[in-house]
Amino acid sequence: MEVTSLAAKKKAAVKNKAANDRAIIAAQALETIAGEIYQDLSKKEIPSMTIPTRTKSNIEFDERHRVWKYGKNLSKRSAKTLDGAYMLLRTMYMTDFIKEMIDAQKSSTLREMYYISEGWDMAKFGDQSESDNLAEDLEIISGHLREDFKLRPEENGASVMGNLTITEFTRNGVARDLHCQDDVGDTGYNIPYNVEKEKITFKNVDADFVIAIETGGMYARLVENGFDEKFRSILVHLKGQPARSTRRFIKRINEEAGLPVVVFTDGDPWSFRIFASVAYGAIKTAHISEYLATPSAQYLGVTPSDIVNYDLPSDKLTERDVAALKAELTDPRFNDEMWKNEIEFQLQLGKKSEQQALAKYGLDFVTDTYLPEKLAEIGIL
Amino acid sequence: MGCTSLRYRPGWFSRTRLERDPMVPEPIATELAKKQKEISVAEFFERNKQVLGFDSPTRALITAVKEAVDNALDACEEANVLPDVYVEITPVEGTEDEFRLIIEDNGPGVVKRQIPNVFARLLYGSRFHAIRQTRGQQGIGISAVVLYSQLTTGHHALITSRIAADRPTHCVELAIDTKKNEAEIVSETRPEWDKAHGTRIEVQMVARYVAGRQSVLEYLRSTSIVNPHAHIVFKDPKGQVWDFERATDVLPQIPEDIKPHPHGVERGTILKMARETKARKLSAFLRTEFSSIGSRSGKEILDKAGLKDAIKPKDLDRDQIKALHGAFKQVKVMAPPTTCLSPIGEQLTKRGLKKETVDISPEFIATATRPPAVHSGHPFQIEVGIVYGGKLPKDESVKLLRFANRVPLLYQQGGCGLTKAIEGIDWRRYGLEQRGGRGVPNGPAIFLVHIASSKVPFTSEAKEAVASIEEIEDEVKRAFRDCARHMSRHLRKKEKRAKTSEKFKLISQVLPRIAEKSAKVLEKPVPDLTHIICKIMDVVWIEDKIEYERWEGSEPPEGPKAYQPKPAKKKEAAVGQTTLLVEEESGLEVATNGHVEKSEGKPKGIWITTSTIEVTNYMLKSRKFKLYAIKPEGVVMTEVEPKPSAVEDRYVVWDLPKLGSTEKATLKFSFAGLQKGDFDDNELFVEGINDINVVGADEWHGGD
Ligand SMILES: Nc1ncnc2c1ncn2[C@@H]1O[C@H](COP(=O)(O)OP(=O)(O)OP(=O)(O)O)[C@@H](O)[C@H]1O
Ligand SMILES: [Mg+2]
Repeated sequence: MEVTSLAAKKKAAVKNKAANDRAIIAAQALETIAGEIYQDLSKKEIPSMTIPTRTKSNIEFDERHRVWKYGKNLSKRSAKTLDGAYMLLRTMYMTDFIKEMIDAQKSSTLREMYYISEGWDMAKFGDQSESDNLAEDLEIISGHLREDFKLRPEENGASVMGNLTITEFTRNGVARDLHCQDDVGDTGYNIPYNVEKEKITFKNVDADFVIAIETGGMYARLVENGFDEKFRSILVHLKGQPARSTRRFIKRINEEAGLPVVVFTDGDPWSFRIFASVAYGAIKTAHISEYLATPSAQYLGVTPSDIVNYDLPSDKLTERDVAALKAELTDPRFNDEMWKNEIEFQLQLGKKSEQQALAKYGLDFVTDTYLPEKLAEIGIL
Repeated sequence: MGCTSLRYRPGWFSRTRLERDPMVPEPIATELAKKQKEISVAEFFERNKQVLGFDSPTRALITAVKEAVDNALDACEEANVLPDVYVEITPVEGTEDEFRLIIEDNGPGVVKRQIPNVFARLLYGSRFHAIRQTRGQQGIGISAVVLYSQLTTGHHALITSRIAADRPTHCVELAIDTKKNEAEIVSETRPEWDKAHGTRIEVQMVARYVAGRQSVLEYLRSTSIVNPHAHIVFKDPKGQVWDFERATDVLPQIPEDIKPHPHGVERGTILKMARETKARKLSAFLRTEFSSIGSRSGKEILDKAGLKDAIKPKDLDRDQIKALHGAFKQVKVMAPPTTCLSPIGEQLTKRGLKKETVDISPEFIATATRPPAVHSGHPFQIEVGIVYGGKLPKDESVKLLRFANRVPLLYQQGGCGLTKAIEGIDWRRYGLEQRGGRGVPNGPAIFLVHIASSKVPFTSEAKEAVASIEEIEDEVKRAFRDCARHMSRHLRKKEKRAKTSEKFKLISQVLPRIAEKSAKVLEKPVPDLTHIICKIMDVVWIEDKIEYERWEGSEPPEGPKAYQPKPAKKKEAAVGQTTLLVEEESGLEVATNGHVEKSEGKPKGIWITTSTIEVTNYMLKSRKFKLYAIKPEGVVMTEVEPKPSAVEDRYVVWDLPKLGSTEKATLKFSFAGLQKGDFDDNELFVEGINDINVVGADEWHGGD
């Protein structure tokens, strides 16, 4: 495992080259964006740029990939207004920055870029979410992933525990095999930000299904209770709203190893959105839904019905919870029988429960009773 | 009844009235006769204390300050000295509710012989019969203060007065004999005094000192606004000193006494005048004793009344007086002379408002003085002001400052005709909130309204509210509409400019950088943006600024003769009350000689106000139009650049040269005759271009 063969190194070099080429192509795509603005200016036109509207009202179901993607609505950013002009200026600054970074063969985190943008004078962002958003805009316009722009998220993906072996190419270009039970600590294997083939491959997978878990507490409970071993499952900790790499990882394992995926979260509107981003695609990243979403993923719980059926300890819905639930009723991704019933039921119930409320019946209840029952219900066990 | 030993308690007066032995029956007439004698000034006071303004300890203190300050200002103005008034209120040690009040002025003083009458006798005054604008009228004010003080604390008033530098200062301790309505001098001294002339009153009274809308401080602040020639210093009970500075060194025009106007006299007055006249014939009586009656109208009146000219005025009987009174109403006569009025003037009202609203830093102040008008034979004049924005609360009702003859009216706002006039305006049209388009509006504003009149028609003797009189309300409305138009123009301009200034930032900063960056990414030259800039802006952009510069010298710099105002008639100059006095022969003269010299320590020199206007055509096509800039009337123009097509009293107008895309023109005018900050808002108008395309000016409608 520790051995670095020449062949492996060579393989890594080829893979790195692939990544670099992608970056260069991405840089060219960015130049096209600048070129369009420049052309407008040369033609004495007020410069503008169009991108798909990135709101829930503009997402459509893509039959081919069975995920939700941006629809046909376009937003125009024109230098006619000050806000529009600022957006164009920021776009130019970011394009310039990324281009220089690619030329210099460097990369940066989104946060680093945000701090660098503090020096962009009037093109400064209000906060990091604005610069993150613009990076996503650039993905959409250029058709390239931000990883190709050498931009990566701050935090890594979450953790994995289960009977699978991953081959990871380390930063030294060495391929290492890691068994996600034997070679890792109790927290499991840490998903890197890049989960593309040049970084990891699945060498061997011996499990029946993937269970994605929202909270760290529940993930630890399943690890401690040996749920991965007892039920031949792969545990993935989502860490709240899952990072792109986590979603991409789940999708790859689903497609490449043919494992069904179930999602186990708290029973509140925010958790339903976590599920939606895993299964249908998130609104923010709808341009790459087919790349991130796992359409076959199923929601396991905690459902609003579970709160009643299992008589779980619960909290009252807050005003924000209620508003979020109502918003979900008009969200096309939740427009199916199951979700409509559950959401309406929860509004009526006025309550929400956490995953860990299951501990009411003892520490083993979740692994011995709840999960087997729920898994059987959806036909996985 | 030893008044001096009694302390004020509510209800005290009513109890003392019963202070006789009720057990002894007496003949009714005897009893009545006794009662008749016993109606003392104390009783008169008790019955009328509400009317006199002493119905609560809080109000008593305000009234006392008001009566003394009003008198001080009246006296100073009559003596032609710039008022310096000092007010001090100190709590009396060892008491909970007693205060010592000192008011001192630099007026003409009161001769010693008159001191007891003036300060300790009710209904004794110099203004009761005068027909002209004064603060005091009835001859009650200050004696009521002295009486109240004595009744509530037993302390005598102390009056100090000096009438000239070469005369001694008299200090007199006054007691009022409440039974006889007479003053007694208890003691007198001749102290040293640093004042050449003036009066000082010191009384001790039961009172309560409060803050807020109805308070001594608010009264003095308001007084200072409408009396910008007065310097008032106030030391409050906590020892804090408030200095209300002078905003001008020019005294108001001294109002002249006028004769009664036929439309404003009552029958009793006519009778009295007829008895006292020296005229032998009726026509002469009418001509000489009344204002505005000439020989023609006099004859017409006599015809209408069916009276012979030969009748001696002294012999007129009641019926004849009645006929005369009736005829007065039917015959058209000229309006009464307005020399009995002394309005504050637009500039000074503005200056007064400005200096007392510094803490609020308002964004806009407009004032208007209406020409004099008449209500039932009495001349009056309305002045208003609007202070807008700054730190004023946005969602509260507008604060009203009401004044009559330069005296603040603190009470009875709701029942005042001046308020009713304000309530009758639809303020929504001018950008303020007003439920149903009636009532006092809401918004970040202060409204000032002043009525100056030889007879302010108060609703009661308390002089708190002005009666609802159509002529007056109409004038108030007109004046406010004038100011409000000004205000809404200002607000619209500001809003439009805020909107467009975003674009300005866009074209001047953001767009050039977009061009630079995109060129850099592509490694190409930066494209030219002129055309796009005009496409985005698509307006003519007008910016202006006003600067003030001190000109050392007593004459303004020589300005182009053609641009100077025509010699104004003397009367107009008096009404305007700007610091620029226009003399008839020379045509121009800045009021530096007489008045500025009077104020000690102030440097000589004049302020030159310069207004610079920059016009940029940010449109694709070239534009040609006229630009009007409103200027204050009666000022001396020192510079107008470039050559204007005309300089009128109210405005300067330029015929601008054709401005091509992104071309600029700079216009400028300077004048002397106002103080720094008096002219602080350019009003600009355009003609020959749609004002939708213009930011910074409105369409010219002949300058309403
Ligand atoms: N500070 C003063 N300096 C000089 N004269 C004064 C002063 N105060 C009062 N007087 C004279 O005393 C008179 C009486 O004053 P008082 O306040 O009693 O009556 P008024 O001012 O005439 O009328 P009102 O009752 O309406 O105030 C005045 O008319 C004025 O002639
Ligand atoms: Mg008085």
